[in-house]
Amino acid sequence: MLCLIIDLGQGTSTATDIRLNIEVQLMREEMIMFDNVKQAVTLLLIAAAFMSGNQLNAKELPIEQAVLTAAPHVPPPITRDYSARMVVNLDTTEEIGRLADGVKYTFWTFGGTVPGSFIRVREGDEVEFHLNNRPDSKMPHNIDLHAVTGPGGGATSSFTAPGHSSTFSFKALNPGLYVYHCATAPVGMHIANGMYGLILVEPQGGLPKVDKEFYVMQSEFYTKGKYGDEGLQSFDMEEALTEIPDYVVFNGSVGALVGDNAINAKVGETIRLYVGNGGPNLVSSFHVIGEIFDAVYIEGGEMINRNVQSTLVPAGGSTIVDFKVDVPGTFILVDHSIFRAFNKGALGMIKVEGDDDLVIYSGKQDDSVYLPEGGAIQTITQNAPPPVKAASLAQRVQFGQRIYQQNCMACHQSNGEGIKGAFPRLAGSDYLLGNPKKSISALINGLSGKIVVNGESYNGVMPAVNLNDEQIANVLTYVLNTWNNNGGEITPNNVAEIRGGH
Amino acid sequence: MARIDGGNYTALYKQEGSAEVITVAPFYSDKFQVNNQQFLNFTKSTTKWSKQNIKPIFAESTYLQQFELSNTEDIANQPVVNVSWFAAMAYCKAQNKRLPTLDEWEYAARASASHIDGSRSAEFRERILRWYSMPASAGLPNVSEGEANYWGVHGMHGVVWEMVRDFNTALVTGESRGDSALDKQLFCGAGAASAVDPSDYAAFMRYALRSSYTANYTLNSLGFRCAKDL
Repeated sequence: MLCLIIDLGQGTSTATDIRLNIEVQLMREEMIMFDNVKQAVTLLLIAAAFMSGNQLNAKELPIEQAVLTAAPHVPPPITRDYSARMVVNLDTTEEIGRLADGVKYTFWTFGGTVPGSFIRVREGDEVEFHLNNRPDSKMPHNIDLHAVTGPGGGATSSFTAPGHSSTFSFKALNPGLYVYHCATAPVGMHIANGMYGLILVEPQGGLPKVDKEFYVMQSEFYTKGKYGDEGLQSFDMEEALTEIPDYVVFNGSVGALVGDNAINAKVGETIRLYVGNGGPNLVSSFHVIGEIFDAVYIEGGEMINRNVQSTLVPAGGSTIVDFKVDVPGTFILVDHSIFRAFNKGALGMIKVEGDDDLVIYSGKQDDSVYLPEGGAIQTITQNAPPPVKAASLAQRVQFGQRIYQQNCMACHQSNGEGIKGAFPRLAGSDYLLGNPKKSISALINGLSGKIVVNGESYNGVMPAVNLNDEQIANVLTYVLNTWNNNGGEITPNNVAEIRGGH
Repeated sequence: MARIDGGNYTALYKQEGSAEVITVAPFYSDKFQVNNQQFLNFTKSTTKWSKQNIKPIFAESTYLQQFELSNTEDIANQPVVNVSWFAAMAYCKAQNKRLPTLDEWEYAARASASHIDGSRSAEFRERILRWYSMPASAGLPNVSEGEANYWGVHGMHGVVWEMVRDFNTALVTGESRGDSALDKQLFCGAGAASAVDPSDYAAFMRYALRSSYTANYTLNSLGFRCAKDL
């Protein structure tokens, strides 16, 4: 520093000269006297500025634009081993979108999608956040990122009127998977309308490698109309207050993760799901039918639990689940608070392609008479009435109803309307009514692959149902004569013919 | 103008040091929002408020941009938006009027078509909420299309947000969840105490919007109407 002062004092040196002169000047150091104090102070200030400028330069991080993705996609893992200044540009929007087939809703979003864009940063990164509220918004919005350490999680600094943009910065101190959401009054309504998403703060060194990563976020919608009521639905405050939603969905709409939108994987791959729950009210019992989570990062944090069937995801919380898919088939994602899955939409699919592994899962190997107490039971039941056979069409319908309730209703629903996108309807179904024989075969043999019902395509699996000829005849006759279907009768002989044909 | 009889109302946010029930004195209110044609006429007669001459500290760059984006005839009867609070104040003053106070506006706005206070009617609330939950991308209606309330004032809900004179007194911070216990020293006593009726979502939204802008902001869906003393 002293050398610099001397040099600058000479007023002619360039940076290179400074270096060259250092040694010479050092020798002369003791001889230097400042003849006036003012000059010394000025030079000291210049030198100090030079030094502190250097320090700032040393701290400045390389700048990176954050990659943002819409669900179910996740930005690629971060491979760098140093901190960066991540620039995030996120728009808040208000737009009409699809909540279910035929049902529209005015969503308030981060990044134009529900859930909002997935943000991925690395522990230690400095995040420069730009929240842009589109000019055609009616509402002011802000963002509370649970990954932020600071008042309001950023909400205090990002309150933004329509047509304006706010900037704030934070350092990603804690690794983990965090929810972000809007926190503008009325907070509940902003969340209920779709303003939430996930931000992953990857630990330094990254998470263990997997083959595929996906983004799944559960949330509820409270609409004026009931589930499935068509048209543009508006927010229902009363339902939100009583916490009784019409829709519970993954990724913002009914069917966002089924059929052609299902997650795809291959046998042997390891899958990681970043799962969030936007709420606003319900806690999710997240479960994948037919899979066991090999590892669960509990609540999106560091603690790992292994071999988990269902894991809780709090409203405003998250979880990370890893599992290897060992066998092919369709695996259903549900909130195992199960009426939400089959009646309100909380249902997604992972389609796994590849070869069977019959050791891990055999499929049905045998179907035989079950006699728990051996042959002796036969003497006891000798006097029992023989199985009732339907004597008339009316009886067939009556008996069929019971069979339907026990075997079919869970998927096809009591009103025969099924679940759009997952289970085809039977009421007024062109597929069923056009050729009931196909349905006999479906009951005997099961049905898988793509079918089209009333213009909607389905690509799922219906298992074979273990019913005898009489029972199949009854249940199909029930279906044909209910919900204004066009009637008719299926007899046990019809069933036997088709069973014999195979 | 329409005469609004005086009366009492309970504000959503209790002002620090003020009574919970607020008395509003009688006043006159414009029946309709100020429309584009009216405001254009004003900027022609008082040119310092025109798009060309306005000082940047009084309005943002988007000031009156609807005249650049649309034909004036097409939007003549729509409520004027993209207008700053400064400009709205000047407009009303030029008419020998003023902006309504927050209390006056809220008091007049709680009248339904048939009642002075419709705010307890679930149906009235729902109708208000419906507008708030529709995106602003659709074109604005003409001011005359707004429904009249008990006082004969049209379109208090369902047309645009409206400015008030003291929009920044009931302070909602960006962190609205902290508003029930604001650091009152920090906000010089202007801060909001706890909300009186937390289920009045529509009022929450108006307060939130009012706290999100400053006097030079020009927003796409924010207009105004004038008021006057008796």
